[in-house]
Amino acid sequence: MMILSGDPPRSRVLSLLLVVIILALAATPFLFPGAKALNVAAKICVFAALVASYDLLLGYTGSVSFAHTMFYGIGSYAIAIALYGMGPNWAAVATGIVTGLPLAALLALAIGLFSLRVAAIFFAMITLAVASAFQVLASQLSWLTGGEDGRSFQLPELLRPGTVLISKSLFGFEINGRILTFYLVFAISALMILALLRVVNSPFGRVLQAIRENRFRAEALGFRTVFHLTYANCLAALVAASAGILNALWLRYAGPDTSLSFSIMLDILLMVVIGGMGTIYGAIIGATIFILAQNYLQSLMGVAAKAADEAGLPLLPGLLHPDRWLLWLGLLFIASVYFFPTGVVGRLRKAGGGKGAGSSH
Amino acid sequence: MTLTLETRDLTIRFGGHVAVNNVSCTFRPGELTAIVGPNGAGKTTYFNLISGQLRASHGSILFDGTDITQHSAPLRTRAGLGRAFQLTNLFPNLTVEENVRLAVQAASGTHYDLLRPWMVRRDLIARADSILDQVALGSRRGVAATALSHGDQRKLEVALMIALEPKVFMFDEPTAGMSIDEVPIVLNLIAQLKQDRSKIILLVEHKMDVVRSLADRIIVLHNGQLVADGPPAEVIASPIVQEAYLGVAPKSAA
Ligand SMILES: Nc1ncnc2c1ncn2[C@@H]1O[C@H](COP(=O)(O)OP(=O)(O)OP(=O)(O)O)[C@@H](O)[C@H]1O
Ligand SMILES: [Mg+2]
Repeated sequence: MMILSGDPPRSRVLSLLLVVIILALAATPFLFPGAKALNVAAKICVFAALVASYDLLLGYTGSVSFAHTMFYGIGSYAIAIALYGMGPNWAAVATGIVTGLPLAALLALAIGLFSLRVAAIFFAMITLAVASAFQVLASQLSWLTGGEDGRSFQLPELLRPGTVLISKSLFGFEINGRILTFYLVFAISALMILALLRVVNSPFGRVLQAIRENRFRAEALGFRTVFHLTYANCLAALVAASAGILNALWLRYAGPDTSLSFSIMLDILLMVVIGGMGTIYGAIIGATIFILAQNYLQSLMGVAAKAADEAGLPLLPGLLHPDRWLLWLGLLFIASVYFFPTGVVGRLRKAGGGKGAGSSH
Repeated sequence: MTLTLETRDLTIRFGGHVAVNNVSCTFRPGELTAIVGPNGAGKTTYFNLISGQLRASHGSILFDGTDITQHSAPLRTRAGLGRAFQLTNLFPNLTVEENVRLAVQAASGTHYDLLRPWMVRRDLIARADSILDQVALGSRRGVAATALSHGDQRKLEVALMIALEPKVFMFDEPTAGMSIDEVPIVLNLIAQLKQDRSKIILLVEHKMDVVRSLADRIIVLHNGQLVADGPPAEVIASPIVQEAYLGVAPKSAA
């Protein structure tokens, strides 16, 4: 129980769901052949960690930030620029990490100390302004960032697909650099989520919840809340930047669309709401549902439309045409937010008769 | 040097309205001071100035030899000023036990401990549980604060202050709205705190029988001004209190 910091899923269905997701992700290289499946699995890992770090802010402290993709982008660009400039070696990877992470943390510190003193809406607006400015800056500094094209780079030898680590003759599966990279992404994302679970269940995490519930009272108890909030903001930024690093390493690319755009911010918001705010586990569920739907709904609808057509049903083939997938995705989200206002995790915990937060001894 | 809490010419204006007007008063340990006055007299505002929820327009506050007039609320709490609010002010969706544990945690100075799960802090849990038993909320520990009855919320409010282990206790109408059988729990608690002669206790209270039985001293606020200060019998009998607070014409009562 200590690995989960004493905060288990508290619902049998949820536990089962999580185990299935985690096992499926871990076994993707062997279970699901093809590059697409592995790409989807890696994206789920990265986003689960990214969304969990956003949940630390939104779900636990109640602060709305629009700068989360900025921190994600800082990580992505730091590693991309380093590997692009210094060549595919480990020194470049290290350089990217030791510039990206502190940069993200410092920026989060500055934003936090400046704007978390006052009303929450001010923080939201400042993050929005800073994130927009950063986006403009990234496209202007094209000599550094590659502008709209972004930066493509090569990975160190060990992580390349061509590097065979364990040949097929041994287990019947080939373990190459690509699969190693996948497990790197998987393991680091898992570690970050466990670390976040630890943070939210620590005495510090309880203070964050207290601030969300009643900041005035938290102050009256002697907590200097601006420091707690700023600390949480820095931690969230560090995890977001790390997720950005993992994503860039996986894609071997960083650019405005994959690392910095506001549509990623919207995706994060949707994932955290669908999964369930203030639960951390919701991030895993939300990221899985969202990214699977994003990637497979279209092909699923193609199959369904064809089937409906062959069955001679009226109207349905048109409605299910793959071109309408975005419409259905939108409807799916509206429905899920409407029917599960506390997210999938909140819903499952309630159904399982789980008690309020932290009631387990 | 003994602990003292002193306000000097303490004043706050809201626009043109002077809610607390030049109040100078010194409080000493071992003395329970009741603060009385009609509705809107400025009692709660006086507390807010002392515990830092409001900043003075004029005047100063000295605590334990330090001028704390410019200190923030959290710093004053850390220095030993404890406050229970008149309007219940809790963490609504956290459990009763979590509410108290947060106060215990604050008192223990545990602010940025984020690598351990809270359950390993058995010390905090044990202390929170013992305080809940003191205010007779032990059986409600797992309930969300918002689901408590009004009386239980008032008790939890008091429990949070006790958990802080302050040097100064500021009770703002702690028994208001409580049922008859709950009132003694809180009054006994206050009487118990009084036993410890090292604490300063301030009590805003409307019920005169409560004031008579607990107070060593009464101060009267009226329209933000300090209009009387002295031993209970003397103050209650004074014409100004008869008129200003009890709303009785002078000399018509004993
Ligand atoms: N934040 C504020 N802004 C404006 N006016 C205020 C504020 N706080 C208090 N007041 C005013 O100051 C006066 C004193 O209010 P206060 O709450 O201190 O009275 P009180 O003595 O505690 O009364 P009660 O017995 O009803 O609790 C009132 O007229 C109130 O309207
Ligand atoms: Mg009042």
